Amino acid sequence: MNDEKIIQVNKLSKNFKDIKAVNNISFEVRKGQIFGFLGPNGAGKSTTIKMLTTLLHPNSGEIIINGKNPVKEPDAVRKAFGIVFQDPSLDDELTAWENMEFHGVLYSIPKQIRRQRIEQLLKIVELWDRRKSFVKHYSGGMKRRLEIARGLLHHPKVLFLDEPTLGLDPQTRNNIWEHIKELNKKEQVTVFFTTHYMEEAERIADYIVIVDHGRIISQGTPSELKKKTKTKNLEDAFIKLTGRKIREEEASSMDNLRMRRRVWGRRQR
Amino acid sequence: MKTIYILWLRQLKRYFRSKSRIIGSLGQPILFLVALGFGFGPIYAKAGGGNYIQFLTPGIIAMSTLFTATFMGIELIWDKEFGFLKETMVAPVSRIKIMLGRTLGGATVAVLQGLIVFVLSLIIGFRPVNWLMAPLAMVFLALIAIIFTALGTAIASKMEDMHGFQLIVNFLIMPLFFLSGAIFPLNGVASGIKYVVMINPLTYGVDGLRAALTNVGTGVGILGDLGILLGVAIVLVAIGGYLFSKVEI
Repeated sequence: MNDEKIIQVNKLSKNFKDIKAVNNISFEVRKGQIFGFLGPNGAGKSTTIKMLTTLLHPNSGEIIINGKNPVKEPDAVRKAFGIVFQDPSLDDELTAWENMEFHGVLYSIPKQIRRQRIEQLLKIVELWDRRKSFVKHYSGGMKRRLEIARGLLHHPKVLFLDEPTLGLDPQTRNNIWEHIKELNKKEQVTVFFTTHYMEEAERIADYIVIVDHGRIISQGTPSELKKKTKTKNLEDAFIKLTGRKIREEEASSMDNLRMRRRVWGRRQR
Repeated sequence: MKTIYILWLRQLKRYFRSKSRIIGSLGQPILFLVALGFGFGPIYAKAGGGNYIQFLTPGIIAMSTLFTATFMGIELIWDKEFGFLKETMVAPVSRIKIMLGRTLGGATVAVLQGLIVFVLSLIIGFRPVNWLMAPLAMVFLALIAIIFTALGTAIASKMEDMHGFQLIVNFLIMPLFFLSGAIFPLNGVASGIKYVVMINPLTYGVDGLRAALTNVGTGVGILGDLGILLGVAIVLVAIGGYLFSKVEI
């Protein structure tokens, strides 16, 4: 690890009507770091990730990713990161291979290199043998692994993982984190992740920022955070910092869609 | 170019893989052809209109293209829901290219669907008057397909979920279909309806298709139809592209 900064966020704010979703936050991520971005529901995590990944424009403040500003040079930034969204974003009607190909073409990776990397990555996440299966026949953990492989296909400098282990069993979760750690070492990729599983964050993260109500309330390495709060584990530290109150988020139409998808499963297709 | 191609290819792959959808969406046009064609045929002939199957078939081909195209556009909602749209939105490609790729893919599927109906109509007795005009018929089919895929995309860009879907079918697609001259001749309709017919782009699609396939055109003539459809296609692709570029996810 070195001191070079891959992400710099300076006084970043985003308002939705009169709600300050992200309120004047600043932080830095070092190259090669595994960086945990934690907070309760509605803390502003997703909004921040959307701004970092060019999907939303900030109201004020500045972001620099790999030396580029996402507002001014969105395509340069887009090439520099890969992302695994909270919800699956694969095409179920295509095979794993086709999903990878699609991604490779979108990122204009030359054919030969593309084929080579697809094979290499699918082997790393242990999906090479199943490359010709339709994604709709994949389990939740397999889909996640495929998404991680896909997010790395264009050799990004940063990999964003928005709750990558949500809804997976402990075996799969461990397996996925092992893959992420391995890729972090092998590919020198910086990992920026969110999660609600504190023991995962404690185990994986080199550095953690905790946000609540759109502001950064604490940051440091997991052991620094525990020391600061005089707690035994990160979960206790997190609760101590953010309080016990349960956060209510207003359901968006996207949440409703998500809910319906869970309820009716795949019957729609 | 490669971006547009891969998005186009994806739509086609999805289409060819869902055999049940292909067959399912053929049910309605076949029913219309058989039930209306043979049901109203004798009355139509008695009224001095001639062979009703000859009249009806271009209308039904246009209908199945209209339906498929609009649905292909509205399918964007599913991509929002199933998350795939995000994958394309964070890729280093312009939104206009994404929209064009999707629209061309959807339109190609809609044209294929129209062609299948055309082939089926040959079985029940439809006969194109002049096969040399077939390429021109294809042009009309393609324009109908592009216009309504773009319209569907524009609508889907503004829709949050599928709740409004029924509304669109009943208050937009069905009226467009019934008031286009697809199933009955328009000379002699009440003047109020006439204006609706005149501003309906499908009217010119049906008219052009009918002129190309059976040599019976009305109204603005085949070149007029072509010009109007081209204009509408450009405007709607522009509107669809603009609204799509504003989509937030």
